[in-house]
Parts: sequence; structure tokens; C-alpha cells
Amino acid sequence: MIPEVGHFALILALLVALVQGSFPIIGAARGNAVWMGLARPAARAQFLLIAVAFLCLAYAFATMDYSVTYVATNSNSKLPLQYRIAAVWGGHEGSLLLWAMILSIWTVAVSFFSKHLPDAMRARILGVMGLISIGFLLFMLTVSNPFERLIPAAMDGRDLNPLLQDPGMVFHPPMLYMGYVGFSVAFAFAIAALLGGELDAAWARWSRPWTTMAWVFLTAGIMAGSNWAYYELGWGGWWFWDAVENASFMPWLVGTALIHSLAVTEKRGSFKAWTVLLAICAFSLSLLGTFLVRSGVLTSVHAFATDPRRGLFILAFLVVVIGGSLALFAWRAPTIARGGKFDVVSRESFLLANNVLLAVAAISVLFGTLYPLFLDALGLGKISVGPPYFDTVFAPLMAPALFLMGIGPIASWKQAALPELAKRLRWAFGVSVTTAVILPLLLGHWTPMIGLGLFLALWIIGTTVNLVRQRLGGTEQPLVVRIKSTSRSWWGMVIAHLGIAVFTLGVTIVKGFESEIAVRMQTGDVAHLAGYDFTFEGVTEAEGPNYTTSRGQIRITKSGKERTVLAPEKRVYTVQNMPMTEAGISPGIIHDLYASLGEPLDDGAWSVRIYHKPMVEWIWFGCLMMAFGGLLALSDKRYRLKKRTAKQVQ
Amino acid sequence: MKRFLLPLVVFLIVMGFLGVGLNLDPREVPSPLVGKAAPTFNLPRLDDPEKKISNKDMLGQVWLFNVWASWCGACREEHPVLVELAKSGAVPVYGMDYKDTRLEARQWLEIGGNPYVASVMDADGRVGIDYGVYGVPETYVIDKAGIIAYKQIGPITEEVLRDKILPLVKRLQAQ
Repeated sequence: MIPEVGHFALILALLVALVQGSFPIIGAARGNAVWMGLARPAARAQFLLIAVAFLCLAYAFATMDYSVTYVATNSNSKLPLQYRIAAVWGGHEGSLLLWAMILSIWTVAVSFFSKHLPDAMRARILGVMGLISIGFLLFMLTVSNPFERLIPAAMDGRDLNPLLQDPGMVFHPPMLYMGYVGFSVAFAFAIAALLGGELDAAWARWSRPWTTMAWVFLTAGIMAGSNWAYYELGWGGWWFWDAVENASFMPWLVGTALIHSLAVTEKRGSFKAWTVLLAICAFSLSLLGTFLVRSGVLTSVHAFATDPRRGLFILAFLVVVIGGSLALFAWRAPTIARGGKFDVVSRESFLLANNVLLAVAAISVLFGTLYPLFLDALGLGKISVGPPYFDTVFAPLMAPALFLMGIGPIASWKQAALPELAKRLRWAFGVSVTTAVILPLLLGHWTPMIGLGLFLALWIIGTTVNLVRQRLGGTEQPLVVRIKSTSRSWWGMVIAHLGIAVFTLGVTIVKGFESEIAVRMQTGDVAHLAGYDFTFEGVTEAEGPNYTTSRGQIRITKSGKERTVLAPEKRVYTVQNMPMTEAGISPGIIHDLYASLGEPLDDGAWSVRIYHKPMVEWIWFGCLMMAFGGLLALSDKRYRLKKRTAKQVQ
Repeated sequence: MKRFLLPLVVFLIVMGFLGVGLNLDPREVPSPLVGKAAPTFNLPRLDDPEKKISNKDMLGQVWLFNVWASWCGACREEHPVLVELAKSGAVPVYGMDYKDTRLEARQWLEIGGNPYVASVMDADGRVGIDYGVYGVPETYVIDKAGIIAYKQIGPITEEVLRDKILPLVKRLQAQ
């Protein structure tokens, strides 16, 4: 009964979405206030209906209703409750429902926080979001229904993919989707502006907080995914350039460009067409990512079951949504996007250069992801593009982007003097070059990549410190007052930029100085790595709720003093008979010590991989700093528009 | 106007490729081993661990080398096809029981029927590594000179058997 309620709620939500996607947009074109007024109640009704559907599915999982196909495929009676709930988005149909659910959360948020917008604009924005929702609801109801019944019911479920049975996986997909789908707001704003023919600073100001919010979620989501790969896959890697990772990384790159370009559009009125295009692209790449993940066009460690009808549906949907909006862009942008002028050396051009580099980076990731498919489609053979391609293409693009990142915030708008800039930045430049040359030599290992990475990280830190000093210095006021008088969005930028430096530092050091060994170990054997002694103290068998595990114990000592004990595991999830690796990690600011169990060998020996990963945690800490910077910018008082406009009206 | 149309044009080209890509199977990967000599193995028989079989024993005949396991779900799908093939006698099938236990593997053959002339056990998966096995089931067509002529990843279906494997086997046997 409950699954039918959920199914019915989805059908009703589709009907409401049809209303939301049509009447308000037509009403806005004709100036019909009643039709425009339908947007807000429709958005809220849709949210409630999708929430009902979502809860119904969660209920079916919680009560182990194996007469629902989706529940039977993705759950098991032995699966702990928290994973049964997370299993709601563990498969194809449920993750689409999560997509629709999150889209409706964003829509309802727009309906509440848009009182300051003109009626026509708001109607168009909610209308566009309604149109997107139609696509996803139709997709679910036609070829991916999570409420489909299984008759006769299964005795027990096939269990959730063991890879997903991890605390990180409970939060990672919702965070990522909040980011992905959040770009739909910026997209809807852009389309609404194109439809309405007004592409002005106000439009950019309204878009900014929504874009930043989505970006914060996406940053945190990607970080969680990378961290998950690090401890769950057991290879000590934190990024694999997997198609699905790329699918989330491309919107991030374009979203980052969008945040910066929106700032220029708001403050200087330039880059209008470019900003609109980025807003369309950020969301288009999110949709494309969904297509790549869901259609089975590419194989990947994340791949789900394939069904050609599904792929065809998403492809058609992409053509309609993205093709339609790009056509609208080609039609309207030339007439409404006229920007201000700026000099070659100015903050605008530094931001533009950064934007172009980020966009090119996104395109190169897209190309690398799709290249095997292109070759295959042209009948030129099957290849797979791996980290070698991405590493060689990505680093040269990011290096100048990071270098410019140091200069941009210091340059003035419209026109900056090059000698003046050089004078201000010479200290940062000198210090970072010197350190980048000397530090790796002291650590005993210098390569061009280590030198470059260190230089860029220190350059960003140096220029940012310089920037803060300039901002806070030069007046008579006490420091506290000066810090307070600086806006939070500015501090947000500072922290996010420092986050990039911390991230770069982590990547450089771990890539340059990590070491690993693969050894055969019997109880009592000692392995040596990076000055530490790893004593293998044997493996004990244990049972989890739905798996059996061989838990190793590795005692780490340095010069005879005990440091810590690692407990890497090799689990076998009994239902699917699938082995899983749980790495044993001792994390730290300076380094991680990491061990994972390989295969059991004869006479009680095991193959063990041990890694020494210096400063690897900085990678994720840097991401957290970026996300925190975004949050700080969001809390800026200039975004508390509601009160301000309310006052202005009075 | 023209430069504003560029994104749309690029997008439509990408979509064209994706449309074609939908009809291709990304799992259909040619093995680098095709055209090369089958890696050597010398493994104990499943039914009698005292006796060993080597790939050299099959020199001079065309044979199928099927990697299977009792824990493998897709093998259940493939198994009846192999049993029919064995009955027809068109080509001898040798099996390799991959990362499996002897007891369960034997039970599996008792229940489902045994299509293999003989099966060998690759309990630790070492030979599997030599053959580049990355999923069970996989099947190799090996010619009289011991060269791998074809690799099937995933279960052999009736269509694959009829359209690809049997014609190839006939050609190789005629050589």
C-alpha cells in the first residue's frame, strides 16, 4: 500500500510540475499576474509530494518490503538500519528520486527567498525549475520507477553494494547532488534573464549566493568522495580520474569560474554573455554527468546496470534542455549582453584569464572522459584514457591559473599598473621561488613538479598575506575594528584561496615524497618504511552484521617506541560474496601511515601493502577551507537582502 | 550572432557521439593477449588434485578455455549453453575454476552438469592474472598452435556461440 502511495505522489508531482513549468512562464510573457502567481504554490506542492514519495521509499526500506523490486535489489534483512536508509539512494531509481527531491528542495528555497525579486523574474525562475523537474519525474515514471512491485516478493534482498556500505557513502551522494542540482538555480536565473531580456547587475547579485551555496556543497561532496576512495579502495589513492569523479569535477571547475565571473558582472557589468554561458554550462555538465553515470555509456567503478531506453531518454532530455537553452542563448545574448570596457592589465582581465583556464580545464576533462567513446563511435578502436592523460593536461592548465590567482585580488578594477603590481608582489615572488628551490633539496628530493607545486602554493600564501596586510594596514584604527570593517565575503575569498594553497601543498608533497612497499608478512614479521617499523601481529577472524572479516593487526614503532596500531581488514560481504578492503590508517598533520591487507597466502602469511603518505590530509583540509570560505561569503550582510529591500520599499 | 551559436554547435556534435555511443558496448574490450601464445599453466585437476594439466597438453587441437566459479552468478546463465556445446562435441571445453573451493565447485558441476573435458583449479588466482581475467566468466578460444584467437568477456550466450565462436572454431580446425 505504502509504495503505491509513493508512486501516486510522484504522478501528482508530475502534474504539478507541468503546471509549474508552463503557466508562470507564459504568464510572465503576457503579464498575467494570476498565472505568474501559480509558481510559488506549485513549487511548494511539488516539494511536499516528492517528499511523500521519498519517505514512502525510505519506509519500504526501513520495513524491508521485498515486494518492491528496488528494495529487494538494494537491501537485505541483515543490513544495518542506517545503510538501509542510505540504500534509498544506493541504486539507479533511488538516486533519481534523490535528484528530484533535492531539485524540489532548491525550488522551494527559491520560492521562499525570492521576495525581493520582480514577480515576472520569480515566475520564470520557478517555471524553468519546474520544466527540469518534469524531465526527471517523467524519467522515473516511465523507465526507472523505484516503486515497481516484484511479484512474487523476494524472500530476502540482494543487499546494498558493499562499496556503498560505509558512513562516508551515507552523506557523500546527498552532498554531491545538493551541489550538482544547486547549479539548476543559477541556470534558471540565467534562462529567466534571457527570457526577460534583462541581464543586469541585479541579476548577477541575485544569482551569486545561490551559486556559491551550490559550489560549497559540491566542494564538500567531492572532498567526501575523494576521502572515501582513499580509505575504502585500499590503494592509497585519493583521485582516480574515474568517469564518475570527472562528472562531478567538471561542474565544479565551471562553477568556480562562474562564481568569479558573476563577481565581475555584478561589480563592473562586464562578461555578461560569458557569465550566462557559464551558468548554462555548469548545470549542463551536471546533467551530462547524470547521463554518463546513469546511461551505461562508459564503464567505471561506479557504473550501474544499463538499460538502453534509459540512456535514450536522458539523451533526449539533454538535447531538449541544453540544446534549448544554448539556442536561446545564441538568440538573445547578442542583443542584451553589452559589457563595460577594461584595460589589458586589470582585475577584469586576470579574472577573465582565470575563467578561460578553468573552462579549458573543464573541457579537457570532458574530452578525456569522452575520448574513448568518440574513438569507439568512429570505429577507431577501444582505448581507455587514464591518469597519464589527465596529469599531463591538467597541471599545465592549472599552474598559470594558480599563478594568476595570486595577482588578481591585488590588481585594481578597470586598469592596474604593471610596475606597481610587480613592486607589491616582489617579496612574495622571491620568498616562494627561494623556498621552492631550497626546501625539496633539504628534504633530499627535487623534481620540477615538486618545485612548481611548492612555488605555486607558497606564491598564493605569500600574495594572500600581502593582500591581508594591505587591507588591514595603513589606518589609525585598532586592528579589531579594521578586521570587523572588512566584509565577510572578502574574508571568505581569502580563506578559500588559502584553501587552494593548502590543497596544492598537500598534493605536491604527497606526490613527491610518498613511499610504499608490498610485502609478504607472517605473524611476527617486521617491515620498514620511512623510518618506521611495522610489525605484523597476525590476523583474527570476526563477524560483522552482514559480513565476515579478517582483521589484521600491525604495530608501528619508531626507534623502539610504540606509535600506534593499525587494523586493516579484508571483509567478505556474505550476501553477494564480495570481498572488500578496509584500510588501516593512522592520520596525522605531518603524514598518514596506511596499511591494507592483500590476499592471504599459504602458511598463514598475508600480502600487505604499506604506504607512507606525507601531508595527504592537507588535500581534504584544503577543500574544507574552500567550502568554509564559501560559507563565510554567504553569511555576508549584503546577502540579507530581504530586510534591506523590505526597508527600501517602506 | 555567429560566435554565440558556437556553444550550441559543439554541444550538438557531442550529443551525436553520445547517441552513437549508446549503441556500443563499453564492455566489449579486445584482449591484448589475442594473437599471442596462451600463458603457460600447470594446475591440479578439480576432480583429482594429484593429477596436473598443462595448456601444452592441448597442443594440436582447437579448444575453449572457460574461466568459471561456483560463486559466480553470470556463470549460471552461461552454464546451460556450455553443456549443450559439450553435447554437440563441436569443440572440447576445458574449465578453470577460479578462486573457488573444491567442494563447492564439485557440487556445482554435479547439479548443473559438467560440460568440461576437465577443469583445473586456480585457487589463488595466479593463472587468472597471467590471462588477464578481470571478471568471471571469461572464455578463450585457443588454436592448434596454442595461440589465443579470441576472448569472450562475460557469459557466452547462444548468439555469441553461433555467430562468433563456432565459425571461428571451424575456421581454426580447418587450418
